[in-house]
Amino acid sequence: MIGSVHRRGWLQAGLASAGALVLGACDKITNNPQAIGFLQSAEGLTRRAQRLVTDRKALAREFTAADISPDFRPNGSVDPTDPEYVALKEKGFADYRLVVDGLVERPLSLSLADLRALPSRTQITRHDCVEGWSSIGKWTGARLGPLLDQAKLKPGARYIVFHCGDTLEQTLDGSGQYYESIDLIDAYHPQTILAYAMNDRPLPVPHGAPLRLRVERQLGYKHAKYVMRVEAVNDLGHLGRGKGGFWEDRGYEWYAGI
Amino acid sequence: MAQPKTVLVYRHAAVTRLTHWINVLALTLLLMSGLNIFGAHPALYWGQKSTFAHPWISIGAVEKPNGEMMGVTQIGQAKFNTTGVLGYSGEVGSREPVAFPSWATVPSFRDLADSRHWHFFFAWLFVLNGLVYWLVGLGGGHIAKDLVPTKGDVAPRNVWHEIVTHARLRFPKGEAARRYNVLQKATYLGVVLILLPLMVLTGLSMSPGFNAAAPWLVDLFGGRQSARSIHFIAAWTIVAFVLLHLFMVVASGTWNNIRSMITGRYAIVPDAPTPAPGETA
Repeated sequence: MIGSVHRRGWLQAGLASAGALVLGACDKITNNPQAIGFLQSAEGLTRRAQRLVTDRKALAREFTAADISPDFRPNGSVDPTDPEYVALKEKGFADYRLVVDGLVERPLSLSLADLRALPSRTQITRHDCVEGWSSIGKWTGARLGPLLDQAKLKPGARYIVFHCGDTLEQTLDGSGQYYESIDLIDAYHPQTILAYAMNDRPLPVPHGAPLRLRVERQLGYKHAKYVMRVEAVNDLGHLGRGKGGFWEDRGYEWYAGI
Repeated sequence: MAQPKTVLVYRHAAVTRLTHWINVLALTLLLMSGLNIFGAHPALYWGQKSTFAHPWISIGAVEKPNGEMMGVTQIGQAKFNTTGVLGYSGEVGSREPVAFPSWATVPSFRDLADSRHWHFFFAWLFVLNGLVYWLVGLGGGHIAKDLVPTKGDVAPRNVWHEIVTHARLRFPKGEAARRYNVLQKATYLGVVLILLPLMVLTGLSMSPGFNAAAPWLVDLFGGRQSARSIHFIAAWTIVAFVLLHLFMVVASGTWNNIRSMITGRYAIVPDAPTPAPGETA
């Protein structure tokens, strides 16, 4: 009996230390850029598999007014303190201009009135945060496809970048400025809009006033808020830390379809 | 009387053994990275959207009037103090608010981005492994031959007999030990045909990209937040299955079972043989 008690003690200690070893190894892998990069290679597989089974124009589910969340949660920046943004906000965004430039034939500078005059779309969709929660909201905005056609993309343009008015992390090199990017498949998707209204009211500040991206079919962090500038680019490497978005630069997937 | 000789029978095909151990690895890491992911929003809801004020289950930390922190797990209306394990855990003195304790998660620290990398990598391994098992199992007859219960298996009398002998931890010997009994068959079939696919399908139902491709799937589960809830419940059902499975492994012969899942050979004591001519019994 004493022997078996001892044996049990040894077994427990053995299991505990084996467990600690495995956990330690997992942390080492996580902190090794090459190893985590290998695990992250699954992202490409996921993107290709999802694009394979999904029609490019397949629509995200649209809901009814009754489904709208009364408690839609804002996330990330909820009230930017960047001086330029604060100045715009104080004047009710009357001086706001959306710049469309980069690899385009005709760079644009659009006021909110100009944006409201563009071909628009209204959709009630579910917003899925990477953290796991969902909220449903109604969005009205200018369709990105026609807007890009107006600016006329140059042949080299492969990605559309959204530069935002909020600094989400204070850094010395300015890499804390929020930005996002999508490819042309998503840019020309019928539900991809630059929304200026939420639930039939002007877009509120916590949700990205005066203009935010809606790129349904991807997770919340792709839906850039406080969009100031839309840039067509050939490559994402020169932006931020080179991964195509604020959260992508901090380890999250560029393809946020899952 | 001579001790009856044990004989080694070939019990598990190589594909079964290989897919079994890959599953052990994949499911362990999926669970542990999943618990880390859960920590990013440790609350579950039913339906399409989150009703933030009314989760059906949530894990969190609250400050007591005396300034001490307390881990609280809430299920429905009931609240439990789970300090040290759920909601608030770690070494005493350096405890922190985290849904599941660091020893249960991969990585051990709160990190949504990296736990997602672990989760999706091993999700792919798990899915591909499962496909190999299914294709070989269906094509090679393993599922039909070894797992689908026979008519005799499902006879109420036999089922009752198996339940009673299992409850007494008496396991089949001799010829009967060569094949699975009806309880094993039902459990394994339930796991490989229902529970494990349910994990994949509820997981996919949380993907906004896949929702657009197959909206019927997320509807089948009653919405994205329901899918997340079912994913969580099914994960713990797998844990419960594994605990029962490990208990049965130990109860019915630890090393014999482990060897059979490594080399394929399982030792049984044949039923009392009819003495061969000239042999003295």
